[in-house]
Amino acid sequence: MKVSLLVTCLSDALFPEVGIATVRVLRRLGIAVDFPQAQTCCGQPHFNSGYHDDARVLARHTLRTFANGQTVVVPSGSCAAMIKLEYPHLFHEDPVWHPRALDMARRTHELSDFLVNVLGVEDVGARYEGKVTYHMACHLRGLGLRTEPERLLQRVKGLEYVPLERADECCGFGGSFSVRYPGISGAMVQDKAAFIEKTGVSAVVATDAGCLMNIAGCLRRRGSAIRTLHLAQVLEKT
Amino acid sequence: MNSYAQHEHHDFLNAVRQALADPPLQAALVRLTSTLMAGNRRGYAALADIDALRDHAKLIKEHTLAYLDRYLEQLEMSVQKQGGHVHWASDAEEARQIVLGIARQTNSRRIVKSKSMTSEEIHLNPALEAAGLEVTETDFGEFIIQLAGERPSHLVAPAVHHTRESIARILSKYSGETLPDEAQALAQAGRRLLRQKFAQADMGISGVNFAVAETGTIVLISNEGNARLTTTCPRIHVALMGIEKVLPRWGDLPVFLKLLARAATGQALSVYTTLITGPRRRGETDGPEEFHLVLLDNGRSRVLATPFRESLQCIRCGACLNACPVYRRIGGHAYGGVYSGPIGSILTPLYDSVVDNPHLPHASSLCGACQAACPVKINIPHMLIGLRELQTHQRGKSRWEKLTYHLAAAVLQRPWLYRLGLRCARLVLRPLAHEGWLRHLPGPGTAWTEARDFPAPAPRSFREQWRQLR
Repeated sequence: MKVSLLVTCLSDALFPEVGIATVRVLRRLGIAVDFPQAQTCCGQPHFNSGYHDDARVLARHTLRTFANGQTVVVPSGSCAAMIKLEYPHLFHEDPVWHPRALDMARRTHELSDFLVNVLGVEDVGARYEGKVTYHMACHLRGLGLRTEPERLLQRVKGLEYVPLERADECCGFGGSFSVRYPGISGAMVQDKAAFIEKTGVSAVVATDAGCLMNIAGCLRRRGSAIRTLHLAQVLEKT
Repeated sequence: MNSYAQHEHHDFLNAVRQALADPPLQAALVRLTSTLMAGNRRGYAALADIDALRDHAKLIKEHTLAYLDRYLEQLEMSVQKQGGHVHWASDAEEARQIVLGIARQTNSRRIVKSKSMTSEEIHLNPALEAAGLEVTETDFGEFIIQLAGERPSHLVAPAVHHTRESIARILSKYSGETLPDEAQALAQAGRRLLRQKFAQADMGISGVNFAVAETGTIVLISNEGNARLTTTCPRIHVALMGIEKVLPRWGDLPVFLKLLARAATGQALSVYTTLITGPRRRGETDGPEEFHLVLLDNGRSRVLATPFRESLQCIRCGACLNACPVYRRIGGHAYGGVYSGPIGSILTPLYDSVVDNPHLPHASSLCGACQAACPVKINIPHMLIGLRELQTHQRGKSRWEKLTYHLAAAVLQRPWLYRLGLRCARLVLRPLAHEGWLRHLPGPGTAWTEARDFPAPAPRSFREQWRQLR
């Protein structure tokens, strides 16, 4: 099986290790991965802020870049949700682009969705020594992926899984929200960090670069030694 | 401007700052929303077919809104057939005049009210008081709010921002006795004070949770029982409803009764479910002599014709407030409108003004917890984004912001420019970073680093490493 990786602009620029880990996990499972070089950003920041014409420009660019008909794997629920849920909505009155949006929506999968629901794998053969907890990224709720990442984590050998209080409460990232309302967003991420610290783990796992940069940035500011890891970075370890 | 709200177009940012710096408020909000959200989850989990039930409820609402004119006329006929009177109010002023007119005609001087957000929406109390009438709110929370001269800060728990101590202070001042700050003593005092009002009242004003078109029945949901006293003790009963509250058939009612209390608090049913079909009939011993139903439009039919129609499916359970991580931190008053929380962030701009409420559609991380908790699965995040889109077409919108997004799109659709931009960002930011993280960002990024560090771009992007990965 062959898939195309949509690495997301945040991972590309800020956390390339997330993309690398995703490629390694997929290859270990016998999946060939290609990386369409023209990919940039899915347009979600524009869509969420109401700049829908600009969002359509970027959506068309992404649709063209991934027009090869292959399954697309995204190590981010947020970008996957943009493609799966919002692209069809953005083009719903466009006879040319709507079918293309629907097509890409169908073959695009967030990483844990792809592993658990497409490949049918929960044990990816990973080993990670340590106590970790898991923060549920909000867009997984929208995609209906309420248990997949936890199921994958619980099958990692050596990993001690500690549930997180209010695990499915937003960390306060929300894209432009975090910059518009640093007070509210800051209060949210401080609470998230406090709950994480309370678990006594050495690392917190999430599935989105947005949550990770927010939570990691806050943990650092608090002087905490707890690491933040993308799910792929845990599944990569053997 | 629509008279709907007469909102305080207050400084949202300032209100947020105040709320965040108020520890007792923070504690009260966490306590209330955690309890109610746990109830919401428990309530939904108790039904095996909850998803189908919620979808069914949504379909009923969609259908009703599509034929709203027809069902409202049917409701009018049914109510009249039962001996009730129906009044149509196109806006808040008309609704207030109708209620005042009924009070005058029936010689009503003393009025008791059960909890009604719709009456808050039309600012009924000040109008009644200005006409020399005595109005008493009989929901305990609303009573406190009325005595304090405030507005509700939650759809179903209007006085959540008060503590036992502040309630004791307010009630002591009103009753002229010194009441202890104990929950039971305060509830008993409230009960004693309110019972007198019920006994003396000429007119009772209630809201309406549902109205069944085919039978002319109005339905009231309450936990304290005050709604039942309000609608049975006084000679006159006036029920005020937004036109979206109508349900076509008697058989639709159980669907919503099963959902409303579960969504709001987790209860299978609220303590009292009151069904009222017309005034007291010949031979009956209780109930009012006259029953008046006021149908309020107040902008609803205008919204019906917009992409925001889905907002009219709201049954005012408050679940989205409890689920919202933003509401949980800033409380209801920060929103500045009658309705607060995620649904308020849609209703206030829609009914008041999109221009005058620039913050509300953005005061959300779009986390979707509201939609997940909503009994009729209203896509609140989508409507917030829709309002943001409306704003981008308005003249007041910052040109600088428009230009930034436009420029970003121009760069991002050209991979070579994107790569160049990335390299520039790296050149500028990496030297400022410590262990790959920045403590202070310049420009608009300052807001980010107020609360947390920011990651500097990686030394080599993923695409630069892809060749070796192959």
